[in-house]
Amino acid sequence: MVQDNGKEPTLALKLRVWRQRRGQPGAFEEHALPAVPTSASFLEMMDMLNEQLIKAGKDTFAFDHDCREGICGMCSMTINGMPHGPIPGVTTCQLHMRNFRDGETITVEPWRARAFPVLKDLAVDRSAFDKVIQSGGFITVRTGSAPEANNIPVPKPIADEAMDAAECIGCGACVASCKNGSAMLFVGAKINHLNILPQGQAERDRRTLAMVKTMDDAGFGNCTNYGECQAHCPKSITLDVIAKLNRDYLRARVKEFFSSTGKPSKGGD
Amino acid sequence: MKLDPKTPAGPLADKWNNHKAKLRLVNPANRRKYHIIVVGSGLAGSAAAASFAEMGYEVSCFCYQDSPRRAHSIAAQGGINAAKNYQNDGDSVRRLFQDTIKGGDYRAREANVYRLAQVSTNIIDQCVAQGVPFAREYGGLLANRSFGGAQVSRTFYARGQTGQQLLIGAYSALSRQIGLGTVKMYTRHEMLDLVLVDGKAKGIVTRDLVTGAVEAWSSDVVVVCTGGYGNVFYLSTNAQGCNVTATFRAHRRGAGFANPCYTQIHPTCIPVHGEDQSKLTLMSESLRNDGRVWVPKNKADCAKPASEVPEEARDYFLERKYPSYGNLAPRDIASRAAKEVCDEGRGVGQLVDGQRLGVYLDFSAAIKRLGEAEVRARYGNLFDMYANITGENAYRQPMRIFPAVHYTMGGLWVDYNLQSNVPGLFVGGEANFSDHGANRLGASALMQGLADGYFVLPYTVTDYLAGEKSGSRPAQDAPEFQAVVKDVNARVAKLLSINGTKSPRYYHKALGKITWGQCGMARDKAGLEQAIRDLQALRDDFWKNVKVVGSGEALAPELERAGRVADFLDFGIMMCLDALTREESCGGHFRTEYQDAGEAKRDDAAFAHAAVWEWQGDGQLPARHIEPLVYEETQLSTRSYK
Repeated sequence: MVQDNGKEPTLALKLRVWRQRRGQPGAFEEHALPAVPTSASFLEMMDMLNEQLIKAGKDTFAFDHDCREGICGMCSMTINGMPHGPIPGVTTCQLHMRNFRDGETITVEPWRARAFPVLKDLAVDRSAFDKVIQSGGFITVRTGSAPEANNIPVPKPIADEAMDAAECIGCGACVASCKNGSAMLFVGAKINHLNILPQGQAERDRRTLAMVKTMDDAGFGNCTNYGECQAHCPKSITLDVIAKLNRDYLRARVKEFFSSTGKPSKGGD
Repeated sequence: MKLDPKTPAGPLADKWNNHKAKLRLVNPANRRKYHIIVVGSGLAGSAAAASFAEMGYEVSCFCYQDSPRRAHSIAAQGGINAAKNYQNDGDSVRRLFQDTIKGGDYRAREANVYRLAQVSTNIIDQCVAQGVPFAREYGGLLANRSFGGAQVSRTFYARGQTGQQLLIGAYSALSRQIGLGTVKMYTRHEMLDLVLVDGKAKGIVTRDLVTGAVEAWSSDVVVVCTGGYGNVFYLSTNAQGCNVTATFRAHRRGAGFANPCYTQIHPTCIPVHGEDQSKLTLMSESLRNDGRVWVPKNKADCAKPASEVPEEARDYFLERKYPSYGNLAPRDIASRAAKEVCDEGRGVGQLVDGQRLGVYLDFSAAIKRLGEAEVRARYGNLFDMYANITGENAYRQPMRIFPAVHYTMGGLWVDYNLQSNVPGLFVGGEANFSDHGANRLGASALMQGLADGYFVLPYTVTDYLAGEKSGSRPAQDAPEFQAVVKDVNARVAKLLSINGTKSPRYYHKALGKITWGQCGMARDKAGLEQAIRDLQALRDDFWKNVKVVGSGEALAPELERAGRVADFLDFGIMMCLDALTREESCGGHFRTEYQDAGEAKRDDAAFAHAAVWEWQGDGQLPARHIEPLVYEETQLSTRSYK
C-alpha cells in the first residue's frame, strides 16, 4: 500500500527478542527499529534487526526459516505469546508488518516445549517430529513395486479429507501453543492422511500404535482438549484429527488385545 | 576435459531399455558393503536415498535444513506431468518428449528427455501407492489439468501444493529407511567440499551447522542433489538457503558446469515492493488456466485502478500475440512479453525505481463463468497467499504479477548415466543440466527430480559400484580427506577473520543487482562484459571488507550466508561469461542482438551444443568446452506458439 506522497508507511518498533546459547539459560534483549515498511514480512523485519546488529558489531539472532512462502514449515517464532503471531492461518514468514501498530512493542520467543530444546536464540530442535514419522508415518512401498495408479480408485471425499490432513507442514506450532506440549494435532494429521486412504489400510493399526508410542517416548505431553493447537495451526488443521487418532488408537489397541496370543505383540492385525 | 555423453545406440524409444539391460548389477549380499553418500533431501535426493537403501546399500544423507522434509521441492505448487493419457486427449510418451524438447528450445540431450517422458508414468504409480493425495474425480480416478506449453491435460496435482505432497511421499519413504537404520540422516549439515582419491569422488566434507564441527565422510560414490542456483540473483522464488556451494565446490574439484546461463524466469510472481524484500513469491502457473493477462493499451491508464480501465482499453497481450496458446504460452515467452509491455511504459502497480513493473492477471471472466465458489475451490490457497502478501483481494480486483527467477536449467554436466566427468560423482534433479535445455516447461521439475531419484540413479549408480571393489573405499582420515578438511577450516577461519564493514547480505544484494540487471530477462554483449568486471571487483571487495559476526562453534547464520555468497560471486562470473559466449537467443537466454521482432533467434549451426565450463583456479576465468547435441529423431524447428 502506498501513501499519497508515494512513500510506503513505516512503523517504529520496540523488540524484545530471546537470546540463548545452547544448554544455557536465556533472557530477553531489547532493541528498537525506527522505520520498518508495512509491506515487509516479519522475517524481513528480523533481517533488518540483524543487519543493524552487524553494523554495531554484535552477534545476530539465529532463527530458522527457509522458503518464506509458508510451506516448508521451518520458521518458528512465538510472537507476542502466539506461535506464528496473531493472524490465523499464517506462518511467521507470511505474517506482514501491516498487521502491527506504530510504536508497538513486539516480543519474539522460540517455540517453547520440552520436546523442542533451544539450539540458539529462536532456533529449536524439532527432530522429535522426524522420529515420529520414522516409526510409522509412511506407507511401505518399495521403489518400482507400485501398481498402476488408477487401479486404486479413491472416492473424492476420501481423497479430499486425506488432503486436508496432509496440508500439515510439520512446523510444530501445535506443540508450542499447547500448555501440555502435546503433539496430538501433528500425529493426528499424519494418521488421518494415511489411515483413511485405501493404500494405507494394510499398516493402519501398526502405524497408529508405533507413532503414538514414539510420540509419548519423545517427551510430548498429553492432549487435554485446550484447542490452542487448532487456533494456531497455520494450515488450519482441525481438532477432529485428534478425535480420529484416538478412535484409530483405540481400535488398534482393542484388536491387539483380542488377537493376543500371549506372546509380545509388535502391533498390527 | 573429456565429455562423453554415453548415449546408447538404437532407436530413441528403445535406448533406455536396451541400456538398462546392459548395466551391471551388484549381488544383494554385497550391496551392504558399499556406502553411498547422498547430498540433499529434496525430491531427487530423498527418492534416491530411499531407493538405494531399499536395495540394500549403506546410505548417508545430508541436508542443511532441520529436517529432510523442508527441501525446497516442497514449494512447487502446480503439478507434475506424466504421459498417462488418462484424459484420452492424444497424449503419449512421444508427445511429452516432443513438448519437453521443444519447450527447451532444442538445447537438451534428446535421449535423456525421452527417458524422462518414459519413466514419468511410473512416478505417478509410485506416488499414488505412497499415499500422495492427488486430486481425483468423483469416480475415484485421478484428475488432470493443463499447464503451460502443452495442448493436452497431463498434469497431476494436489491442490496448490503438489511439491509438498510429493516431497512428503519421498520423505516418508526415506523416513522409513532411517527408522530401519539403513539410512543415516545428517540434518543441519552443509556440504562444503568434495573429496577425490585417485581422481574419483570418494567422499565429502561437511560443516555441522549446530556445533560448527568440520568433518570428512568417506564413501564409494557421491550423489549430489542439491538443487539450483537461482539465489545468484538475490531475489528469486528459491528458499533462502538454496545455494550453489555443493555443486560449485564439486566444479572447483574438476566437475564441468554446463550451461549456467540457462535460467528460468517465471512469469507469475508477485511484483517487487521494496528495498528490504528478501524473496519473491510465485503464484502457480496453473492460475493462467483461468486468469487472463493484460495491461492497459494506453500509458495514461496505468496509474488508474483496474476497474476504471474499460474492456476496450485493455490489451490481452498474450492472447493477442499467441492466439493458439494464449495465456498458457511457455514461461520464457510469457515472461518476455510481460517485460516488453512494461518496458513500453504500460506496466501497472506501484512505482519502483520510477517504473511500474507488473501486469494484471484477471479472474473476473472466470468468476463470471464458473462462479466465485469454483474459483475458490481451484485456487483458494493462492488467492489467500496473495492477500497476505499484498493486502489485496484478488476476487475483487486483478492480481498483479511480474516475472521472477524461479529455476535454473544449467547445472553440473552429466552423461546419460547422470554421472559427471568426475568418476563416482553423480548428480540428480535441478543440480544437473540434462533434461530441460534452455527453458523448462511447467510441471516438469518435479517429474525430473523423481525420475532421477527413483528410476535412473538406482540403476546407473549400481552399474558404477559394480566396477568398484567392495570395501575399497578410503579411510576417513586418509591424507586426501585431511587435506580437504584443512582447506575448509582455513576458508571458514578466513571468513571469520576479515572483520570488515559490510554484511554478507550487502554483498548478496549487490551481486543480485548486477546479475538481474545484466544477465536477467534480456542480455547483451556490452552489459555482460560490464557485469563480469563489476562482479570481479565485488568479489575482491568481499574478501577484503566482509564482516561475519558470530562464532565458528555454534549456529552461525551469517557465516553460512558468507560462504554461500562467496561461491555465488565466483559462480556469477561464470554465468555471465556463459551468457556472453552463447551468441544466440534460446529459451530463457535472450540476447537482444539475436532476435526476430522479440522472438528468440537460435543459431543451430554454431550453438547446438552444451557449453561446459572447467575451473581454472582462483581469479582465473573458467575454460569453455562443448558437448555437441546430436538429434537423431528430432527436427529442429523454430519454436512457435502462435
